[in-house]
Amino acid sequence: MALLEVENIHSYYGNIHALKGVSLSVDKGEIVTLIGGNGAGKSTTLRTITGIMKPHEGHVRLEGNDLAPFKPHEIVYKGVAMVPEGRRIFARLSVAENLEMGAYTLTNKSKLNQNMERVYKLFPRLKERRSQVAGTLSGGEQQMLATGRALMADPTVLLMDEPSMGLAPVLVELIFDTIQQINKEGTTILLVEQNALMALSIAHRGYVLQTGEIVISDTAENLKQNVTVQKAYLGME
Amino acid sequence: MHTKSISPWKEAVQAGLIAGAIAVLLNLVGMTTAFSGRYIVSGWFTMGQVLFLVPMFILAYTTARKIAPQPAMHTALAGLVCGVIGSAVQAGLVLLGQVVNLRAMFINASPQLFEILTFGRDLPGLLLLLLAGSIMGVVGAVIFLLPERLAKSVLQALLWILLLGLLRDLVSTVTAQWVIKTKAFPDWLGWAGVLITSLSTFINKTIYSASGLKPLSAIVLFLLVGAWAYWRYGRPKRARITGPLTRRQQTQRVLGLGGIALLFILLPSILGIFFAEILDNVGLYILMGLGLNIVVGFAGLLDLGYVAFYAIGAYAMGVLTSPELGFFNLTFWEALPFALLATVIAGVILGLPILKMRGDYLAIVTLGFGEIVRLLALSDWLRPWLGGTQGIQRIGQPTIGSIILDSQQDLYYLFLAAIGIVAFIAWRLKDSRIGRAWMAIREDEDVAMAMGINHVATKLLAFATGALFSGLAGTIFAAKLHSVYPHSMNFLVSINVLSLIIIGGMGSIPGVFVGAFVLIAAPDLLREFAEYRYLAYGALLVAMMLTRPEGLWPEERRRLELHEEEGEVPLGEPPPVLNTPGG
Ligand SMILES: Nc1ncnc2c1ncn2[C@@H]1O[C@H](COP(=O)(O)OP(=O)(O)OP(=O)(O)O)[C@@H](O)[C@H]1O
Ligand SMILES: [Mg+2]
Repeated sequence: MALLEVENIHSYYGNIHALKGVSLSVDKGEIVTLIGGNGAGKSTTLRTITGIMKPHEGHVRLEGNDLAPFKPHEIVYKGVAMVPEGRRIFARLSVAENLEMGAYTLTNKSKLNQNMERVYKLFPRLKERRSQVAGTLSGGEQQMLATGRALMADPTVLLMDEPSMGLAPVLVELIFDTIQQINKEGTTILLVEQNALMALSIAHRGYVLQTGEIVISDTAENLKQNVTVQKAYLGME
Repeated sequence: MHTKSISPWKEAVQAGLIAGAIAVLLNLVGMTTAFSGRYIVSGWFTMGQVLFLVPMFILAYTTARKIAPQPAMHTALAGLVCGVIGSAVQAGLVLLGQVVNLRAMFINASPQLFEILTFGRDLPGLLLLLLAGSIMGVVGAVIFLLPERLAKSVLQALLWILLLGLLRDLVSTVTAQWVIKTKAFPDWLGWAGVLITSLSTFINKTIYSASGLKPLSAIVLFLLVGAWAYWRYGRPKRARITGPLTRRQQTQRVLGLGGIALLFILLPSILGIFFAEILDNVGLYILMGLGLNIVVGFAGLLDLGYVAFYAIGAYAMGVLTSPELGFFNLTFWEALPFALLATVIAGVILGLPILKMRGDYLAIVTLGFGEIVRLLALSDWLRPWLGGTQGIQRIGQPTIGSIILDSQQDLYYLFLAAIGIVAFIAWRLKDSRIGRAWMAIREDEDVAMAMGINHVATKLLAFATGALFSGLAGTIFAAKLHSVYPHSMNFLVSINVLSLIIIGGMGSIPGVFVGAFVLIAAPDLLREFAEYRYLAYGALLVAMMLTRPEGLWPEERRRLELHEEEGEVPLGEPPPVLNTPGG
């Protein structure tokens, strides 16, 4: 049984049919990537999984349980955490306060400290700047913070929406190394990316989303070889 | 002497024109005339003169700062230009007043105003006006040239002189009633009586004259305050306390809080009857401020109809206790829980339809809610229950045993107790899990949900808590006046409460106290101000947003954010006034 299963979901923004029967699954311990161009519906898929949007049709299941009856904040308690598109850190709070916010679902103080240590180990930069106002961090540091904040909740599944957006290649590499590290430590990851090359280099499997539909699904290796993918997303002729 | 970007002379001329415009405004709204009888330093100058001369001083100072660095001579000259132009504009007003009948349009452009502006010397007095303006401009500019520590001390000393001069009447009222109180002292306290009496005489006869400070004492006070400020600015900054407090810090803190508590308990006795009324008013606004601070400051929900809950609390108390209506005839204490429950329910009812709204929409809808409640109270339809325009009379008063709490002083203690409880709750909430949820909602509602925060419950709780505190203020207000009227529930109450939070510092609990004292007590203390209350509020708000957007006693985080590294606020970047998460 897949840890996270999306089955034939249809989502709408008013009359706009943004997702037209998307299905995908993520197994425990995997990194699965969802690639696609602008407006393909990648963020919409994540929004539907986290319950912020309710699908008109179809199901989202976590460990076999349908998430439909649950509110967004309840889904967080079930172990789904998200690193939102564009980072969305709490700009006026300090780095440490941002991380504490991420641990809102935890009631155990020592668990919180333990997770904070883990995040600081993954991102030593954040530890150095823990009392800095988050809005004054650099773009890369903000992405680290957004990732660290999501990890604070001890998620079983981590949803990441375009972590490479607007970052220099060196930083993208660093972030992706850390994603791999997080995965090795036991967190399952669904990674939404436009930077297909990077995403496929760390993912086990991948899906290609085009105007609200999954058009290809395969292992990362095969996707890298796939001619359509190479043309459309890897910039090869 | 060519500057690249800004020409100092252009700046000086501009500043002079602005100063002149501000002064003319103050003259034409009548403030100059209203304050012309109030001496700051007896025989030297009045508050009226301060009002029409200080704009040149302030603008010369800011110009000097703007055009810096400049040679000292140029700075002084720029100040002179600013001062001359500022006073010339006013001279122009006087001359214009001789030719045209300005009174047809500006009721305050009276012969009396012209007499004040010309220092009582008719047209030749205009030269005096120009001279005074020039001095103001030059002094303002030159102060900027002093070393910063000295400049700050001088400015602070000047401000204190102004304040002490203005407060002359109040100080003498207070000390006079001290002397009366000593008459009732028992024999063994006779020495204290003598001490207090001579202190009072010293203050009233030596420091102050019949109006304002005595010149000599003004000079001495100026030097004393200046020296004290100079010493204080020279001290190394106290490091922020981080981590657990040491024993000594703990005792210091407890002693400090105890001292403040004792001061508040003794305040009505020290200040006397006249002040009890003002203090009650301040208390009322502190209660409401603490509530609105939760809604706007903590949770970031801009509520402009906050008076509604105050009204509901007051009316609920009326309906439940007034024998005139004769529905329930409860006592104050019996009615209190029900009245508070009613406000909490109202808070939730208002909260439900606006859960999805943000920013501007939220503000407009809450504004409407406030008006609806007022109109309902006024309506003929509900007259049998709420009394229509007549309001409700004979509202129950709080009692303790057989004592009825009806004097201003008794009510002061009721307010004090209520504020103590409410402030404690607010303070505990702020550091709690709920407080964190409010903060997250304020910063970014969508992300807050993604952190596992139930935004519905969190927002409703903010509205309910805010409503509860305001409702409590309403019930005490009803008991205080013994009656409620719909016209006391108007929109301006909401605006006052919001302003005091902004002035004190959004989200800061001590800020609510400071804001309430500044906004509510100050106009009551200086009767002349009462008429210009809203003008003064507006000016104060604008000045604050430009120079100290985080408020007078800001929450630590806001200070950090707006004054990084103790630097200045970057110019040209509008300060976030109210946090209204993007909608
Ligand atoms: N709030 C909204 N209201 C209306 N339409 C929306 C809304 N959000 C997204 N859409 C539309 O839904 C479609 C899918 O959007 P989505 O944000 O999921 O794309 P995406 O794949 O994440 O793109 P990007 O890589 O640019 O972030 C787009 O056509 C978009 O215009
Ligand atoms: Mg997207």
